[in-house]
Amino acid sequence: MIMNSGIPLEFYLVLATVMFFTGIYGFLTRRNLITMLMSVELILNSVNINFMAFNRFLFPGKLEGHFFSLFVIAVAAAEAAVAIAIIINIYRRFTTINVEDVNQMKY
Amino acid sequence: MEAKQIMFAIFALVIVVFSVLTVTSRRILRAAVSLLMVLIATAGLYFILNYQFMAAVQLTLYAGGIVVLIIFSILLTSQISHKFERIETKKAFFSALAAVAGAVVVITTILNHSFSADTAAAAEVDMNLIGRSLLETGPDGYVLPFEVISVLLVAAMIGAIVIAKKGSPHKDEPAK
Repeated sequence: MIMNSGIPLEFYLVLATVMFFTGIYGFLTRRNLITMLMSVELILNSVNINFMAFNRFLFPGKLEGHFFSLFVIAVAAAEAAVAIAIIINIYRRFTTINVEDVNQMKY
Repeated sequence: MEAKQIMFAIFALVIVVFSVLTVTSRRILRAAVSLLMVLIATAGLYFILNYQFMAAVQLTLYAGGIVVLIIFSILLTSQISHKFERIETKKAFFSALAAVAGAVVVITTILNHSFSADTAAAAEVDMNLIGRSLLETGPDGYVLPFEVISVLLVAAMIGAIVIAKKGSPHKDEPAK
């Protein structure tokens, strides 16, 4: 096993996997748009942990994983901003953000 | 046990517990605070990995920016005292089944794969190197994704403003 300061790579990967599938579970069970967005943030965050761990353990001389997670964070910020704008607009029109009550696309 | 191992154990425990709370808490503001704890613990993992810059970005952008945005939208759209109704047992069961099955497959794959590390010496990741790499055009430069991401951010900001703007022209309400 590849170790870095006494912690094997697999620990990070298993931790990120648990976090990822917790996010999947939340995405499948939640019916509120904001909580679904929070599940997506969990999923994106777990992927970032993977990138950083691979970068540090397997390619310590390079920075690809580091910059990829930097760009993932930027994309996540943009996604959250647009998603929240859409959620607020949906709330204004339907006065609810429960996905089962929002069933009209055309206004 | 080394100090770093103890810290890793603490952060891992915080991440697992608060991830589960994020997706199961029936009060939406508690779920948001749990998400905040998960993101802060992730920043701690980056510190253990010795990527201080990414940890700082994680703290300011994720824990500072996105969580505040989410809490704002919760305050705008939900009753704080409102509790979600219980999830149907059938749906919860099958979702948990899908999640656990996926996790088992991925974890067995990870544990059976033998990773081989690059033998190159570890690079010292300081601000100087990060700044140079971000704006370099050579083989180790990231100027193209940097520019693309800045265009994406501008587009997302303008899009968010246009979408959330009040008084869009609509049939049954007069435009302002």
